[in-house]
Amino acid sequence: METSRRNFLVKFGLALNAVAAALLAVPLVGYLTGALRGRAKEQAWITLGPLSDFPIGQTRLAKYENPFTVPWDGDTGRVPCWVRRLTADTFQVFAINCTHLGCPVRWFPESGLFMCPCHGGVYYADGEHASGPPPRRLYEYEYKVQDDRLLVRGGRLPTLAQGV
Amino acid sequence: MRRLQAIALWIDERLHLTKLFESTAGHTVPASSGSWFYVLGSGTLLCFVIQVLTGMLLALVYVPSASAAWTSLIFLNYEQYLGWFLRAVHNWGSNFMVAIMTLHMIQVFLFGAFKYPRELTWVSGCVLLLCTLGMAFTGQVLRFDQDAYWGLGIGVAILARTPVLGAPLTALLLGGPIIGGQTLSRFFTLHVFVIPGLIIALVTLHLRLVLSAGINEYPTPGKRVDPATYRDEYEALLKKEGVPFVPKAIGKDLVFAGFLLLAILTCAAVFGPAGPNGPPDPALIHTNPRPDFYFLPLFSVFALLPPYTETFLMLVGPAVGIVVLFLVPFLSGTGEKSARRRPVAVISVILIMLSLSVLAYLGTFSPWSPVMEAWSGAPTPVQLVKGRSPLALQGALVLQQKQCRNCHSLGGQGGMRGPALDAVATRLTRDQLIRQVLQGGGNMPAYGKNLRPDEVTAVVAFMQTLRPDYQPGARDSAMPAPAGAR
Repeated sequence: METSRRNFLVKFGLALNAVAAALLAVPLVGYLTGALRGRAKEQAWITLGPLSDFPIGQTRLAKYENPFTVPWDGDTGRVPCWVRRLTADTFQVFAINCTHLGCPVRWFPESGLFMCPCHGGVYYADGEHASGPPPRRLYEYEYKVQDDRLLVRGGRLPTLAQGV
Repeated sequence: MRRLQAIALWIDERLHLTKLFESTAGHTVPASSGSWFYVLGSGTLLCFVIQVLTGMLLALVYVPSASAAWTSLIFLNYEQYLGWFLRAVHNWGSNFMVAIMTLHMIQVFLFGAFKYPRELTWVSGCVLLLCTLGMAFTGQVLRFDQDAYWGLGIGVAILARTPVLGAPLTALLLGGPIIGGQTLSRFFTLHVFVIPGLIIALVTLHLRLVLSAGINEYPTPGKRVDPATYRDEYEALLKKEGVPFVPKAIGKDLVFAGFLLLAILTCAAVFGPAGPNGPPDPALIHTNPRPDFYFLPLFSVFALLPPYTETFLMLVGPAVGIVVLFLVPFLSGTGEKSARRRPVAVISVILIMLSLSVLAYLGTFSPWSPVMEAWSGAPTPVQLVKGRSPLALQGALVLQQKQCRNCHSLGGQGGMRGPALDAVATRLTRDQLIRQVLQGGGNMPAYGKNLRPDEVTAVVAFMQTLRPDYQPGARDSAMPAPAGAR
């Protein structure tokens, strides 16, 4: 009798703890994976500035405040991108990140190339892969012109898994 | 005196310190293991203790926030009394920890100490290696400067290459849509709570295993490990030449620990802290991100792998390497211990260390990267423009102006991405030069759209003069050789 009651207590104790642990785990895991929720929403239209900032035929560096930031993001919330203006209303807006491993590509107007400082990736003026290890062309933002201002759709770090 | 003794006995009766000592620090070890080769494990542990001490003190000032971390590092360097020195000790402590740990691992491998019955000691050591590298990477991120920002970007870009799970894994690592405040907090938590906690637990296990399996005896060539007899042989050895670790065998550990500590302090005082370099502002794109030395070999591999193998090798390669490392004691858990009878083991160590060193060395000057300032900073050597025609001189200007020097060197200055051009005319004919410039190929971009015809003519005319010491120019074999040519 005594033994079986002890056995029961052990089993009951284990079961009770399992339930309690599961109840604890749900909010813990949920909190930890909170970053996965609402990922689809990480896109917004961002203004890059008046059209006059971008002369036709040139590629210029533009910066914007990322629309999804926390107040303690500091400088990291300021995201650069390359704006290439082809005609009065056609643009190409490239993410700064090399498609190889994310380093910042630099524009060289003299040779018309983007070069990456990390592993030697090179792209043509239109973002096409020119040489080096990058597996694809530069990431390109969707853009629109509104009230004489250039807007792009962005908000997340572009990677091979997910463009801008 | 007698009263003191009574107090000591009273305490010991309650805390069992004597017993604890006998079964831990005072345990019996083979006299042969009191060797200079056996000091590396305790050396690694000493480094860890230094890291914990300095880390706790640094955390008193450091602010783990993306907006303030960099400023707090600058404050530590220049305002906080002795802040620079503590940062330097923490930095050099980590350098030494990785180095001594690597040596410890090599020693354990070459001395066959992973063999029966110490397989799990090796496995726990492998996890400790991963934890230490994890500390090195997360620590590099906490030094929140440009290198940290873009180094983190490289990590994210690799993770994002994971099939199917790339995007969610990236979001989990970043804690947000971009590298920012939440990302730094995550790395702070890993660096300060999660991984050190794991290390403390694993070191405890590691030491417990050293005690329960006994420290490896100094290997004798020809003496093979046989699980059926090994334990008895080891017991017999302990009986014959066993000495208590404390105080008989710890002397060399103590001496090494002392010198190690002095070496760390000296390096810290002489070389100072690492960084931070520029603030972690992604808009400051004139940066040249490079990892700390432990990750230079990886950094180099990423540039040198054939691109089509890259994703596969980045994701699978390290995993395979780690699995092989874990399996070592299960693949060769018995037999010879002495390195003198294990040529494959010795050659493997030499090959691996040589590869890592060469890759790290390449990483220090990364010949695969364009030299961004070469076109405006590296002068054209005088002897290459002396006596050239106006057209060729114009071409020399084009070569400079169109940033060819970023990838091609002249007179040893410029990029090493493409071949040096000092003797290019001895390798390529005029037609081949024109084709190469216009169409690119062999990893060179095509310049057809960015050069006017007159610029192409000029730059090719210049390159045709680049044949030092009157070497003959390259000749099209379909054309008849000019008179007098070989």
